[in-house]
Amino acid sequence: MSSENVIEAKGITKYFYDPVKFRVIENISLTIQKGEFVSITGKSGCGKSTLLYILSTMDTVFEGELFINNQSMNNFSEPQLAKVRNENIGFVFQFHYLLQEFTVLRNVMLPGLKFGKYSEKEIEQKAMDHLRTLGIADQAHKKANLLSGGQKQRVAIARALINDPLLIMGDEPTGNLDSKNSDIVMEIFKEIVSLKKQSLLIVTHDEDFAKKTDRIIRMDDGKIV
Amino acid sequence: MKVPLTLEISQTLLLARLKQSIVAAAGVTFGIAMFITLVSFMTGLNKMLDNLILNRTPHIRLYNAITPSSSQPIQKVIEFEESLNGISSIKPSDSRNEIYNSIPILQYLRNDPRVIAVAPKVAAQVFYNIGSIDLNGLVNGIDVKEELRSFSFKDYIIAGDAMDLDRVSNSIIIGKGVADKMLTNVGEIIRVTTAKGDQVSLKVVGVFQLGLAAVDDVQSYASLSTTQKLLGKTASYYTDIQVKLTDIKLAPGMAREYAKIFNVDAEDIQSANAQFESGTKVRNIITYAVSITLLIVAGFGIYNILNMMIYEKMDSIAILKATGFSGKDIRKIFINLSLIIGGVGGLAGLILGLIFTLFIDQIPFNTAALPAIHTYPINYNINYYLIGIVFSLITTYIAGHFPSVKAGKVDPVDIIRGK
Repeated sequence: MSSENVIEAKGITKYFYDPVKFRVIENISLTIQKGEFVSITGKSGCGKSTLLYILSTMDTVFEGELFINNQSMNNFSEPQLAKVRNENIGFVFQFHYLLQEFTVLRNVMLPGLKFGKYSEKEIEQKAMDHLRTLGIADQAHKKANLLSGGQKQRVAIARALINDPLLIMGDEPTGNLDSKNSDIVMEIFKEIVSLKKQSLLIVTHDEDFAKKTDRIIRMDDGKIV
Repeated sequence: MKVPLTLEISQTLLLARLKQSIVAAAGVTFGIAMFITLVSFMTGLNKMLDNLILNRTPHIRLYNAITPSSSQPIQKVIEFEESLNGISSIKPSDSRNEIYNSIPILQYLRNDPRVIAVAPKVAAQVFYNIGSIDLNGLVNGIDVKEELRSFSFKDYIIAGDAMDLDRVSNSIIIGKGVADKMLTNVGEIIRVTTAKGDQVSLKVVGVFQLGLAAVDDVQSYASLSTTQKLLGKTASYYTDIQVKLTDIKLAPGMAREYAKIFNVDAEDIQSANAQFESGTKVRNIITYAVSITLLIVAGFGIYNILNMMIYEKMDSIAILKATGFSGKDIRKIFINLSLIIGGVGGLAGLILGLIFTLFIDQIPFNTAALPAIHTYPINYNINYYLIGIVFSLITTYIAGHFPSVKAGKVDPVDIIRGK
């Protein structure tokens, strides 16, 4: 089954040095398989976000080994890691992080254009399809800063999906949303997993949200419990 | 696919901050416009001042100088070969001013590919007769067509027609100073006394003004044959041969070469007019120093604005990195930003500079010394425009480099966690 491992972490340990040396994550190993919907929960400060950033390849200062799609990330250069993120990982953050200067459609298209696998026309088509599924196709040509919080979060999800990544990571994706919007987001995530067999890894402190996922990883004090 | 994408992002960022971008570009525009204006005006002025003298100066002048012979008879006596010979009071021998074998020399020069024009000249000492007064003078016998073609003779004729020298026999074009003193004008007859004492009547067909009193008060021009007649010499008698070259820088070397081949004295334009070169150089240095200063100031403006923009755009940089843009892509985006500001600002600067120079070109500038010039001189040279645009791109590149490196190093985790 190892060929189905989307992400595999072995003995990840991370320290913070400021203001004093402090171990945030202690010897964590985990695997996520294709089509799995996994959530990481825990109290704030337990290191769950830090773990997510390490697994996302954005944070490269840690001990241990990280495999994405069975490839070791440890010796990859910064541009190589950027390429891995572009092609294999989609992000949804608590704060929506859209580019304010661009239209909704352009925001969704940017990672696809960067990937360059499809023509601009095809990417636009795909982006419109995603926006349509997420119910915000009518907002496509608005500037991103004119949307409401729930709408922005759905745009961010569409952007995460544009390159058909193996894995979608979310850092408190519903943290800023009311219960209605967060239910919508949950529905969307469920669909992604069941229809496209993409994996999801969501960091959340919302127990109700976590309960709806396939597997819950609970963290406390930098360790999995 | 990739380059247009980063370019597109740069453009969008720019347009979102249009006012700031325009202010940044205006700095460059002003710098480049001043550079173009200054350099065009300065070099125009330089050229005019230099041309005042250099246009009428041949690149190489061949002549026979009056000097004592370097080999005295005593040196040829074998007995005294080993001894130190001192001779006092040596005088130049009565050698002729004429250039020997002038016809073959002219032919040789005309066949030399480095030579544009060759014009022989005869100089004759005369006195202009005004009633009982004799004025010291010098008649230059010239090849009129060649002088008009290659030595801008026409620019200095303020009355009459230079071609009449060839058409009217015994004709003369006199200097403005001479004409004023003799109270004479085009169409009148003047009398001159040659060095041999003969009196000759010459018809004034023109008046010239070089703007140098030393020349205008003394010299006049006549055709070669008229001057040869004044001297009582044959048609192959030339005292000077003037040579104009394809490249003025070749002059010193070629002067030495000709002196050796033809056994004459040869003077090149550089050693004859060394002071003009240095004046031009100093003025150019000032022009470039001022322009570079202006551009550096504009560069600091761009640096500041880009730095601010990067702080404003931290979130965008973080998200671009998270979605797969590398540090290099981010750097490109901000360098593009800077170069667009530089390119657009620079182009606008070139146009503004051209408008300024066109305006200066219309300002009247009349001076008695320069009959051919009526407005301030401007040198329109495409090279200055190329230098201007390259300048603007280089300064903005350097100004954009450091902020963009900083942007490329932004750690997305810090930004995302920091929220």
